[in-house]
Amino acid sequence: MKNVEIPGDAPRRFNTWRFAVPIFLTVAAVLYLVPVYVLLTTSLKSMAEVSRTSVWALPRRPTLEAFREAGLALAPGLKNSVLLTVPATIISSFLGSLNGFALAKLRFKGADLVFALILFGMFLPYQVVLIPLVQLLMRYRLYGSILGLIVTHVVYGLPITTLMFRNYYTAIPGELLEAARIDGAGLVTFYRRILLPLSVPGFLVAVIWQFTNIWNDFLFAVTITNDPRSQPVTVALQGLAGSLVARWHVQMAGALLAALPTLVVYIFLGRYFIRGLLSGSLKG
Amino acid sequence: MSPQKRDELAAIALVMPSFFLILIFVYGFIAWTGYISLTDWRSMIPSYNLVGLRNYAELFALPRFQADIRNTVVFTMLFLPGCTILGLALAMLIDTGIKRGGAFFQNIYLFPLSLSFVVTGTVWAWIFNPTAGLNVLLERIGLGFLRSGWITDPKMALFSVAVAAVWQMSGFAMASYLAGLRGIDNELREAARVDGAGEWETFRYIILPMLRPVTMSVLVMLGHSSLKIFDLIFVMTNGGPANATDVPGVYMFVATFLQDLFARGACIAMVMLGMVTSVIVPYLVRQMRREVSV
Repeated sequence: MKNVEIPGDAPRRFNTWRFAVPIFLTVAAVLYLVPVYVLLTTSLKSMAEVSRTSVWALPRRPTLEAFREAGLALAPGLKNSVLLTVPATIISSFLGSLNGFALAKLRFKGADLVFALILFGMFLPYQVVLIPLVQLLMRYRLYGSILGLIVTHVVYGLPITTLMFRNYYTAIPGELLEAARIDGAGLVTFYRRILLPLSVPGFLVAVIWQFTNIWNDFLFAVTITNDPRSQPVTVALQGLAGSLVARWHVQMAGALLAALPTLVVYIFLGRYFIRGLLSGSLKG
Repeated sequence: MSPQKRDELAAIALVMPSFFLILIFVYGFIAWTGYISLTDWRSMIPSYNLVGLRNYAELFALPRFQADIRNTVVFTMLFLPGCTILGLALAMLIDTGIKRGGAFFQNIYLFPLSLSFVVTGTVWAWIFNPTAGLNVLLERIGLGFLRSGWITDPKMALFSVAVAAVWQMSGFAMASYLAGLRGIDNELREAARVDGAGEWETFRYIILPMLRPVTMSVLVMLGHSSLKIFDLIFVMTNGGPANATDVPGVYMFVATFLQDLFARGACIAMVMLGMVTSVIVPYLVRQMRREVSV
């Protein structure tokens, strides 16, 4: 990423400014990383050390004891999170792409109103749908199941994925569709052969965004899955914290395990995550 | 059939399934929650006798809910300026103050956004632990007088939660401002400087006004999520101590799913919807209009 240098910076401040800024930014970076230090050091301590030392002390005898314990406790949750996040991410991104195609390229009367009504779902305080959602899922015997959570995340993921793909496809020239039509391609062919291959960056943004959000969700998960066997990792982690007062090393190891998948995605594909982040604020 | 007509039909066929789902899961559910909020459903067994606005009157008279509203206001007043000022400062410094390494710093300030609030809450609860956490550090650097019970002290608990929230969300403001700053033409700043404007004046009268749309969207996005906050508080303090950090999002969950007061939970949810809508809808209308007119 390139940074813009201000031309003709006032020479008298030039030196102090030049040195102060990197120092300030570095101090800020260190502060932002404090919780990472705490996570890593505490999770490598033994029970005895956690109870004797402060949050800031380095582990004297690093051990993976806490990770073993947290891993055992969270393994079902981690598995459930994968089973839930992968299909929900793929389905909601694909549906978003179809909606975006229809709303940006094909258009119809009232398309803007339909889009606005879908979009509002993005900002919904989900508390306002929880009771009917639980009732509906119970009626269809989906309450407490991973499938119920998948359905929930697909539906409430539609607004953001639709927004992302609509904006993405708006930037693709309309002549492409015309040209394809002249060559005798139908809409399905156009979507599959031309639009989909062009959508790879769009899918990366949507998939990464949805993956992160669904993996990290807590409200739907804690409301819909009352059974420990179908709980995702966020709920399992919260349960771990509730039942293990003062066993902070296990909690920190658990928090690290729960955070690892989204963190790894961020480290390698952060660029797309940032794009997803900013697409949420429309064209602000 | 003309190609336009066919496109239109195809578009409707494509959007309909999703739109239908949204109509039920968003608007239908809102209507149903609104209805429940007017009933006497206050136990495990659903009951749909209408009681008018009695639940709302009861709710607003409840000390716990009054505390919720107060806490939401205080939390928002800590959270919003915290994120925007920090975000703007970091973005300005990255954009104008350094030649290299901008992406590196940006990535560090942004990484908390990829974490779950449950993870954030777990870590910060440990950092704010009164006996082993921040207090120890303060003592060691000679700031012992700042010792506090943090999340266990009713006076400091909301502040502590806000610190964790700012840590997690300030990167969003930074990224938005950075994108905004990159869109400002450099010649403009140069012109201001040629006209004799100092650093501060350039910032105050040129840059800041040009960043207004960014500030708007940052305030709306963070503001509405501050009104909805649930996970972080539920994990860090569960609303305590003595309701010092309780917010509508937490109380809705507790009233509905732990106390079986479904009608009250529905009431709280409707109030939350009202708050969020009053922030979001004007913003959405403005955005849409701008998009159409451009």
